[in-house]
Amino acid sequence: MNENASGYLLETREIVKRFGGLTAVDRVSVGVRPGEVLALVGDNGAGKSTLIKLISGVYKPDEGSLLVQGSDAHIESPRDALEAGIETIYQDLALAENLDVGANIFLGRERIKRRLGLFRVLDDAAMAEEAKSVLDRLDIRIPSLRSVIRTLSGGQRQAVAISRSIYWKAKVLVMDEPTAALGIAEQRKVLDLVRTLRDQGIGVIVISHQMYDVFEVADRIAVMRRGQLVGERLVRATDPDEIVGLIVGSETVTKR
Amino acid sequence: MADTASSTAAPVPSPLVRAAARNWSALFLILLFVAFGFAAPNFLSIQNIQSVVHLQTVPFLLAASETFVIITGGIDLSIGFVMGLCSVSAAEIVQLLAAKGLSGGTAVALASIAVLLLSLLPGLVNGVVITRFKVPPFIATLGMWGMANGLALKLCDGFPVAGLPDFLPRLGNGYLFYALPGNFVSLFDKPAGFPDARIRELWRLIPFSLPFIVAVLGFLAFRLSRTPFGRHTYAIGGSMDAAVRSGIDVDRHLVKVYVLSSFLAGVGGVFNVFQTGIGNYTTFNASYEFFAIAAVVIGGASLSGGKGRIFGSAVGVLVLAFLENGLDISGVQPFYRYIAVGVLLVVAVVIDKLFPDLL
Amino acid sequence: MNDKEKVPRKSTLRGFLGGRWVAIFLVLEIVFFMFKSQGFATVNSAQILLFYGTQVFLLAVAELFVVVTGGIDLSVGYILGFASIISIKIVDALVAAGLSVPASILAGTVATLVIGLVPGLVNGWLVAWLRVPPFIATFSMLGVCHGVSELVINGVYAMGMPQLAADIGNGNLLYKAPHLPFIFFRRPEVERGTPVLALIPNIVVAAAIVILIFAFVLRRTRFGRHLYAIGGSMDAAVRAGIPVRRRILQVYALSSFLASLAGVTYAFMYVSGKADAGASLLLDAIAAVMIGGASMFGGTGTVGRTMIGALVLAVLDLGLRMAGIATFDKYILVGAILVLAVIAARYLPEAQHPVSEDRK
Repeated sequence: MNENASGYLLETREIVKRFGGLTAVDRVSVGVRPGEVLALVGDNGAGKSTLIKLISGVYKPDEGSLLVQGSDAHIESPRDALEAGIETIYQDLALAENLDVGANIFLGRERIKRRLGLFRVLDDAAMAEEAKSVLDRLDIRIPSLRSVIRTLSGGQRQAVAISRSIYWKAKVLVMDEPTAALGIAEQRKVLDLVRTLRDQGIGVIVISHQMYDVFEVADRIAVMRRGQLVGERLVRATDPDEIVGLIVGSETVTKR
Repeated sequence: MADTASSTAAPVPSPLVRAAARNWSALFLILLFVAFGFAAPNFLSIQNIQSVVHLQTVPFLLAASETFVIITGGIDLSIGFVMGLCSVSAAEIVQLLAAKGLSGGTAVALASIAVLLLSLLPGLVNGVVITRFKVPPFIATLGMWGMANGLALKLCDGFPVAGLPDFLPRLGNGYLFYALPGNFVSLFDKPAGFPDARIRELWRLIPFSLPFIVAVLGFLAFRLSRTPFGRHTYAIGGSMDAAVRSGIDVDRHLVKVYVLSSFLAGVGGVFNVFQTGIGNYTTFNASYEFFAIAAVVIGGASLSGGKGRIFGSAVGVLVLAFLENGLDISGVQPFYRYIAVGVLLVVAVVIDKLFPDLL
Repeated sequence: MNDKEKVPRKSTLRGFLGGRWVAIFLVLEIVFFMFKSQGFATVNSAQILLFYGTQVFLLAVAELFVVVTGGIDLSVGYILGFASIISIKIVDALVAAGLSVPASILAGTVATLVIGLVPGLVNGWLVAWLRVPPFIATFSMLGVCHGVSELVINGVYAMGMPQLAADIGNGNLLYKAPHLPFIFFRRPEVERGTPVLALIPNIVVAAAIVILIFAFVLRRTRFGRHLYAIGGSMDAAVRAGIPVRRRILQVYALSSFLASLAGVTYAFMYVSGKADAGASLLLDAIAAVMIGGASMFGGTGTVGRTMIGALVLAVLDLGLRMAGIATFDKYILVGAILVLAVIAARYLPEAQHPVSEDRK
């Protein structure tokens, strides 16, 4: 079943997720292409976060499927998603506050070396080196790589989270409200990074409430309301008013 | 992304202050030694120090097991009674095997292995109840606390299990070197034919338990700080979300941690038989688990998880032990010891809050 | 999330039963033991059960209040012991100083209860102002109480309450001898061998009154409402203007008060005081609260349900004893029931919000 005619890197097909009597995600079909930024917008409770968690493996879909590069990727856990090349940066960044930069970048996928051929030991030196190189590559400066995440600023933490995704050669990067807690200057930097990533051929899905950011950096916008996809527009073919209308529901729309 | 001025990091205190805060319990231990060294003449004697350390073998093990669990943000209240259960079981099995004609040594060896294997079970149950059934660790291990105790009492009918081979306490309490100053040194046992009347003159050096416990603690410390297993343990305690989303199988890891915890309690139980020569159930008042937790907290761990070191917990055990020993020798009433422990705990918590980013 | 479609309440019967499974379990338990041994379901057994369970009932209420705010109090057992000791010491001292016996008992009791507030105040201060985790704070207090108790008695059991105290402690509200009318408080003098019906031990009455008062406080006063709020969400409570720190201080003081009261009843009942009188009761108290459906994290639980939980344990204890089963098994059962109760509380359709897939 390899019809990848639409060229989607990652695609959901009629995906459904329910909680008890609540349908949080209701037959949503949406996709992102390589080298494209898709903005996912919608009011609170529209189902964006749930959709993201489905894509990143935290939830399992009740119905529908997830396709990566045209074929069904059975994503049943965060590890599956990571192995499929889907990296996710959550609103709360999901960094371990009590560990340092290197430890976080490699969390769950630590580099090990073998001592005496028997013991699996953390190769901290190698991890620190790699961490430094990826941070340098993205032109991110953090004074001490040994400092624990808790001591870093919001922008620095965001940078670490993004670096983690880059390092693991994400094919698809999902970002949940990346600029929410940042100052103006740092927001610009993050948007620049998003553009860089897109230019490298990564497919980026961004959830955002900031209409300005969306129109700054996205190629397409998908609007969700009450668990359903109520509209998709090319950024250059629409304007903030129309999008807000879709979010709030003052127009009835046909999909695509 | 340049280091912005909008950094929310608090002003960093000098490295010296941080080092002091991190190791405050070790500093306190030194202080204890100095204070009691002056207050009581016998305190600093080699015999006294060794004997205290030797008696802390089981508490060391329990504190180590509690360290892992507390770092993940959980707690294990059952270790004291699991230890008692294993002590009793080991003794019973030895009796059983000896009755069937096996030699003392074989019986003990087999019993030890059997009990060590069995000791994995309580931890497994704890782990499954906590991860699969989402019961808070406090309750789950409290339940196991009751069950292990009940089982232990049932097995031994409320009496310590005696009638075990003689060599056990000799082995458990033996020293590496026996020396008569100026005269000779013998290994592993007091010299044959040495008159009991002169036993006081004999110097004993390095109890067997010391290399044993150093090896065990060393291995555990290594595991915690230098392997992915340890790193994941800290991660889960620091942010369970981060651990889950990084692909770590948190449920499996937690089960492993609780199994490790009850296993170490099992090791403690077996050692207890060696040390006392009988199988002991744990009494209500013994509060082994509470002292283990206190030691871990004094050693720098936080009950909310993400912090803690084996070395710290070991220091915590020593602080509590030498505090009691010193007060005892100095003739101070037990009342003050409890107050001291309470104060130490509060100090530990306050330091934890003042320096939240120390690991 | 989306507009919540109404979560259909599972058939009313299951909802009804699910919410009351503890009470049902209690009934089943009683029936079970009725079959197991004769003489189980008699007035006499019921009285024994309530009488000897007094301390646990009081400690359970104490623990409930603290647990509702999301905390825990590990020191109640040793506060009980401490109170049992000093109540005797004070009463004896007052009698020796020449005060009349009834006055000594009264004054001694009051003094004990007042002194018994101190551990709770310290606990509350540590938790509310120094932000010490309740586990640590109350664990430290446990030790301190233990130490102080030992100090006060110097190694010997505290003994020797005046006879009047023993009479009160072991006496009953009503007595009925055949051919005589009901008599209050005093055992009627009868010929040897005449059966006298003794009803409602005094201690049980006193405890019941206290517990009812506290139940009222928790459910019907602003104070109680605040406690639930704090347990439900500390942030929300703070923002709603609730004096959180003061409430926490008060709740630990309250818990300490109840534990001291339990200690006083102990002294009256057994005419002796022991430092560790309450040590083994801590598990029962916490188990009672949990079995009664309160959550460790706070915000839920009622006195009534906690009492049912305590009854489950008391019935278990009595039933096992009457059936001749070793009390060792009791620990195993209590541990298992505790865990099962918490698991059941999670799965039974008592709450109506959609089950979320949160971890932990």
